[in-house]
Amino acid sequence: MAAYHGKNWDLIKNGIISENTIFKLVLSLCPAIAVTNSLRNGFLMGVAVMFVQTMVNITVSLLKNFIHPKIRIPVFMLIISGWVTVTDMSMAAFAPDAYKQMGLYIQLIVAFASIFARAEMFASKNKVVHSMFDGIGMGLGFLFALVAISFFRELLGKGTLWGVPVIDAKPLLIMVLPAGGFLAVGILMAAFNWMNKRYMVSK
Amino acid sequence: MDKNKDRQFLVSVSPHVRSEETTARIMWSVSAALLPAAAMGAYFFGPKAVITISISIIVAVLTEYLYQKGMKKKNTIGDGSALLTGLLLGLNLPASVPFYIPLVGAVVAILITKLIFGGLGYNIFNPALVGRAFLLMSFPKLMTIWTQPTAAFVKIDAVTTATPLGILKEEGIQKLLETFGGSFNMYMQMLSGNRAGSIGETSAIALLAGAAFLFYKRYITWHVPFSFLGSAALMAWIFGGKGAFFTGDPLLHMLSGGMLLGSFFMATDYVTSPAVKKGQILFGAGCGFLTMLIRLKGGYPEGVMFAILIMNCLTPMIDRGFRTKVFGSAKGAAR
Repeated sequence: MAAYHGKNWDLIKNGIISENTIFKLVLSLCPAIAVTNSLRNGFLMGVAVMFVQTMVNITVSLLKNFIHPKIRIPVFMLIISGWVTVTDMSMAAFAPDAYKQMGLYIQLIVAFASIFARAEMFASKNKVVHSMFDGIGMGLGFLFALVAISFFRELLGKGTLWGVPVIDAKPLLIMVLPAGGFLAVGILMAAFNWMNKRYMVSK
Repeated sequence: MDKNKDRQFLVSVSPHVRSEETTARIMWSVSAALLPAAAMGAYFFGPKAVITISISIIVAVLTEYLYQKGMKKKNTIGDGSALLTGLLLGLNLPASVPFYIPLVGAVVAILITKLIFGGLGYNIFNPALVGRAFLLMSFPKLMTIWTQPTAAFVKIDAVTTATPLGILKEEGIQKLLETFGGSFNMYMQMLSGNRAGSIGETSAIALLAGAAFLFYKRYITWHVPFSFLGSAALMAWIFGGKGAFFTGDPLLHMLSGGMLLGSFFMATDYVTSPAVKKGQILFGAGCGFLTMLIRLKGGYPEGVMFAILIMNCLTPMIDRGFRTKVFGSAKGAAR
């Protein structure tokens, strides 16, 4: 991929719509199912991933001329784990309740294909500013997907949103179980792609 | 006149001899074969059972109609498959469920399991069973409240009780025999359907009558149901007893739960079971094995539904494994 020369805004749009991590690339589905049983967890996870993605992209882009191509993979790994550790510790300090529920998944961000792929395919070949916007865009796309999934799962599965009761009816318990996660991801993915096809000008 | 003269020599492509059978005809016949079981359910569980089945059928058909209308697709409710799915779902529910349970189940069964995958013939899983699995996991309490059968529309308050398999799982065979008053009584009541359970699964005689009709019409073959029942009976006989092997009661396991309904009417679904006969035997045997594994060792007292769903997943692989050799192809050639 040649170095990017386009607009920053396009990078963000690309991350949210045409290369949405979950709905389009179908990557990182593990957190999309594991932590989305409540809106708060989904939101926090999305923010954590967005932060790590952006910082990793900036760091990799800054260091791209110093990293020997032969050992780039271990170096990316180190950079990612560094930023994940930062996120992990800050989360444990500032949001201990949420951290108790999803601490393991925060640490698992290290192994996210999407973060690694953007470091390898974009940040290591592009300018810092572009890499930052790419990170923000991909992160926003991930955040959007997680919020959308957890919105439906919590609403249908518990009848609440962010812990606040919204609908007063017998909830569909299956939606907060893992099986419901697959259902929600599948249906939202279909809806996203359908709308995309219908309303966006396809390139 | 000229027109007809031309037609005399018109030759169409084969097939020239067409069977009377159509998808719609088979679906309607299977639905008809289920009517005795539904009638027995209505007899034992009262008007509530009729209402549950009706809601399930109406919502199933309506969902298919509205989806196809909304998506501007060809309307297929006439083929009776939505009706059959609704009927099967209704027969698989306890009689005491509130109205929204068959409603949600029918929408899930038709919309998510069938229509999203492309309609009849493209679904991976048996729609009625997915609907029921969805309900069981969504409303675990309501879906396991069983009412004591009260014959002939006697108007009394419904008494809740456990199914024979539930008693067997929780309290053992002795308690089960006590409840029914001896093993002869137990078999008799299970044959007639006078026991707690889902609306359509209780009456063995009615189900067997329906199955006999399907065998007579050759809509189902022996491969799936008999390997299903056979492997389950074998498992029950070997491992079903307390303490020693080969002391289990296969007949009890045949007649209880959804074994008959599942093996004759749901495992035999054309779309979700293998097309090759050898594969069908493996499919049925797998269903029976998994059913007994869940019943004897699993957390749920009944396993027919999950067993069939798991084997549904394996159907494409079974079909591939037993694919018939193409005539004339070289030995050992890459398939």
